[in-house]
Amino acid sequence: MSTAPTLLSVEGLSKSYGGVHAVREVSFALRAGEILALIGPNGAGKSTCFDMLNGQTTPGAGRISLLGGDTTGKKPREIWRLGVGRTFQITATFPTMTVRENVQVALVSYGRQLFNLWASTPRFARDEAGRLLELVGMSGYAERPCGELAYGDLKRLELAIALANQPKLLLMDEPTAGMAPRERIDLMRLTAGIAREKSIGVLFTEHDMDVVFEHADRILVLNRGSLIAEGSPEEVRRNPQVRAIYLGEGLVYDARHREGLPS
Amino acid sequence: MAFYFVQFLTGLASAASLFLVASGLSIIFGVTRIVNFAHGAFYMLGAYVAFTLTERFSGALGFWAGIVVASLVVAVVGVLVEMVLLRRIYHAPELFQLLATFGLTLMVQDLVVMIWGPNDLLGRRAPGFRGAVEFFGQNIPTYDLFLIALSPIVLGLLWLLFQRTRWGVLVRAATQDRDMVAALGVNQKWLFTSVFALGVFLAALGGALQIPRDAVHHALDLRIIVDVFVVVVIGGLGSIIGAFVAAVLVSELNAFGILIFPKISIILVFLVMAVVLIVRPWGLFGKQEAPARRTPGLTVNPWRPLSQGERIAAWAGLAVAAMLPLVSGDYALTVGSEIAIFVIFAASLHFLMSVGGLASFGHAAYFGLGAYGIAFLAKMAGLPMIACLLLGPLLGCLGAAIFGFFAVQLSGVYFAMLTLAFAQIVWSIAFQWVAVTGGDNGILGLWPEKWAAGPASFYWLSIGIAALAVAALRIITFSPFGYALRATRDSLLRSEAIGIDAKRIQWTAFVIAGTVAGVAGALFAYLKGSVFPDSLGISLSVDALVMVLLGGVETVSGAVIGAIVYKMLSIWLVSQTDLSKLVLGGVIVLMVVAFPKGIVGMLETLRNLRRRSEPAKPALLKSRIEGAE
Ligand SMILES: Nc1ncnc2c1ncn2[C@@H]1O[C@H](COP(=O)(O)OP(=O)(O)O)[C@@H](O)[C@H]1O
Ligand SMILES: [Mg+2]
Repeated sequence: MSTAPTLLSVEGLSKSYGGVHAVREVSFALRAGEILALIGPNGAGKSTCFDMLNGQTTPGAGRISLLGGDTTGKKPREIWRLGVGRTFQITATFPTMTVRENVQVALVSYGRQLFNLWASTPRFARDEAGRLLELVGMSGYAERPCGELAYGDLKRLELAIALANQPKLLLMDEPTAGMAPRERIDLMRLTAGIAREKSIGVLFTEHDMDVVFEHADRILVLNRGSLIAEGSPEEVRRNPQVRAIYLGEGLVYDARHREGLPS
Repeated sequence: MAFYFVQFLTGLASAASLFLVASGLSIIFGVTRIVNFAHGAFYMLGAYVAFTLTERFSGALGFWAGIVVASLVVAVVGVLVEMVLLRRIYHAPELFQLLATFGLTLMVQDLVVMIWGPNDLLGRRAPGFRGAVEFFGQNIPTYDLFLIALSPIVLGLLWLLFQRTRWGVLVRAATQDRDMVAALGVNQKWLFTSVFALGVFLAALGGALQIPRDAVHHALDLRIIVDVFVVVVIGGLGSIIGAFVAAVLVSELNAFGILIFPKISIILVFLVMAVVLIVRPWGLFGKQEAPARRTPGLTVNPWRPLSQGERIAAWAGLAVAAMLPLVSGDYALTVGSEIAIFVIFAASLHFLMSVGGLASFGHAAYFGLGAYGIAFLAKMAGLPMIACLLLGPLLGCLGAAIFGFFAVQLSGVYFAMLTLAFAQIVWSIAFQWVAVTGGDNGILGLWPEKWAAGPASFYWLSIGIAALAVAALRIITFSPFGYALRATRDSLLRSEAIGIDAKRIQWTAFVIAGTVAGVAGALFAYLKGSVFPDSLGISLSVDALVMVLLGGVETVSGAVIGAIVYKMLSIWLVSQTDLSKLVLGGVIVLMVVAFPKGIVGMLETLRNLRRRSEPAKPALLKSRIEGAE
C-alpha cells in the first residue's frame, strides 16, 4: 500500500472566518486506495476542510495538490472533472427528480452532454445509472421521487452520484450522519468495499468510532482547526490527547468498541 | 459651471423620495424576506391621499399635517394588507410572494382611478418653500433644498431607531437571524407587522412629499418601483445606507444622463448597474445571501415525457384546432391566432421559470424585441416575410444574451427585480428613441405577405409555429440540457459538485427563452400590422406570468393551457368591465393564496392521489421509520 502513488497532498491549509480559525495549518497526504478518516468534535473544522478540498471554499492559505497538479482555489466543477466525488454533511440532491434521474444527471455531465438539446435524458445512460444504484443497494428505489426518500437512502444516493464520474478520490463528509446504527455499518462497509476494489482514495469524517476503527487505514484528528494527532487506528486510540478530547465530549469509544456492535 | 451645480442639486432633491421608498423596501425585506412589489403602489397611494388631505386642510399646518397623516393612513392600509395577505404567504416560495404583491399593485392602479379619476392632479406648493433662491443666474427651488436636507435627517432618524431602541435592536436581530428572535420569545407576528408598517410609511411619505414637485397620476407606481429596484440592486437589498448612497447615485446619473444622452438617458444607469453587478453581485452595501434551503417549489412530482395516449391526445387537440377555420369567422380566427401567439410566449417564460427556476418579471422585453426586429427588417431592410420571421426573433435573442448574462449572476428576488428593470430600460429606449422606433407612435404598416395574409392562413401559420415551439421546448426540457437546468434549480450546490457550470446553463436557457419569446413577438407584429412600446411593457410581462401560474408553475406544459384559458378570459373580461386590472390583480392574489398549483397542477395532483391510494408502500415506510430513528 505504501507504494501507491500520492493522490492528494495538502500543505499548511488554513481558513478563518472573522476571528475564528476554522482550520489552521493542516497538512496531510492521501494515497490511492487508502481510506483516511478525519475525526474531531463538532466545530473542529472538518467540513471546512472538505469544502476547501473540493473547491466550495477558497483556502485562506496553503496548497492543495491533487494527482500532482495544484488545485488550490479551483472551482468545484473543475475539481470534479479531475475525478473527485463528494458527499455532503447535509445531503444535496435534486428533489424533483427520480432517484435514477439524479444519477443520470451526473452521468450526463460526466459524458460532457450538458449542452445536448436533443437526446432524451430518461433514456440516457439508463443502465449505467441502474448499475450505480445497484452498487449502493438502491435499485428498488430507482423510480421514486428523490424528495420522498428517507435520510439514510439519500446518503446512499449521494454515494451513487459521487461515483458517477469514476472518481479517484471520494470526499465524504459525515456519510452516515442521521442513519440508524445498522445502516451506518452497512454503508461504510459498502464504501470501503467499493474503494478497495477500484482503488479509490477515500477521505471521510464520522462520529461513530466503531465505524472509523473498523474501516480507516489511517486517522487524522482535528481539534479547533488544528491537527493534533495522526496515525494508525491503534496509535490514535492510544493517544492521550485524543482520549482527553473524546472523553471530554462524553464519548467513551474505547469501551463501546470492546463490547462490539453486531456485525 | 453654475448650471452643472444646479443640475447636481436637482439630482439630490430627486434622491429624497427614491431613498425613502427604497429604504422602506429594504427594511421590509431584511426582516420578512419579502420583496414588496406593491411598494410603488403604496408610494402612489401616499401621493393621492396627501393630495386630498392637503386640499382639504388649509394653512401651512394643514399642509404638513396632511403629508404626515396621509403617510400614516397608508401605513394603516399596509398593516391590513400584511395581516390579511402577507401572513398567509411568508412561507410560500418567493415567486408567489412576488406575484401576490404584484397583484396588489394592479388592483391599486384601478382603485386609484376609480377614486381620484384618470386625470393628472396638481397639488399645492409647500407653504414656506414656494420660492427659489438664485445661484449665479440659476434658480434653485427652496423646496428642493428642503428635500436635500431631508434625506440625511431621515437616514439619521432611522439609524437612531435601529441603534437606540429596543424595537430597533429586535429588528436588527431578526434581520440577521430570524430563528434566533423566534427563540427569544418575541412576538414575531407583530414584529413583522410593525416593520411592514414602517416600510409602507416611508414609501407613502416619499409619495406625499412629491406632490409639490410633480403631478399625481396613476402610473407613478411602476415608474418609482423600477427606479427603486435599480437602487436596491445597486445599493444592496437590506441595507439602508446602501439605499441612501444608491438613491443619490441613480438620481445624479439620471440628472446628468439627460445632458449626455438626451434621448436615451437611461443607458447610463444601466451601465452603472451592470458594472456594480459584475464587481459586487449583491450590491455595494449588501451581503451575500446564503442560498435558500427550502425546496424550490410546492411539490416534488417528477416530470415524465408524454405517454403514448397523451401524445395522441396532443395531436388530436392540434388537429381540432386546425379545423377551426372550417367552422368560424374571421374574428374568431384572429382571436385564435392571438391565442396561439400567447401560447408561444407563455411557453417560453414557462421554460425559464419552471424548468430553470428563474422567474423573469420582464419577459415581454424579448417578445417586444422580436416584434421590433420584424419592423426594422421589413420596413428598413425590406426583407421578405419568411426572412423576417427567421431573423426578427434574433433581436430578442440578442437582447436576452446581453441582459441574461447579467441577470443570471443573481437569483430569486434579485433576478426578478433585475429582469423587470431591464425590460423597463428596453421599453424606455423604444419610447424615447423616436427617430428609430417611432416612439409612442410605433411602427405601422407591417402586413404579412399574400400567402399568409388571410385570417385562415395566418391562423394556420400561428398554430403551426406554436406547435413547433411548444414541442421544441418540451424536447429541450427532457434533453440533457433540460435536466442540467433543472439540476441548477433544484440544488446549486450539488450541480456545481457534479461539474455543471450553472451560470452558463442558465444563461443559455435565458437565451433560448428570449428567442422563443421573440418568435411570438414577431408573429404578433404581423398579426397587428404594427409595433408599439406596449409590446415591451410590464403589463405584458405580467400577463405571461399569470398564464404560467394559471396553467401550473410546476408542470411541464401547463403554460399552454394557462395561455389559452387566460387569453380567452381576458378578452371576455375586457368586453365586460372597465376594471380589468382590479379583477386581474384580485385573481392573481386569490390564485397565489388558494390555488397555487394552477389548472394542470391541480389535475395532476388529483390523478396522483387516485393512483397513490391504491398500492401501499411498505418498503418506503419501513425505511422512513428507520430513518427517523
Ligand atoms: N461560512 C462560515 N462562516 C463563519 N464561520 C464558519 C463558516 N463555516 C464554518 N465556520 C466556523 O468554522 C468552524 C468549523 O466549522 P466546521 O468546519 O463546520 O466544523 P465541523 O465540520 O468539524 O463540525 C466552526 O467554529 C464554525 O462556526
Ligand atoms: Mg461538519
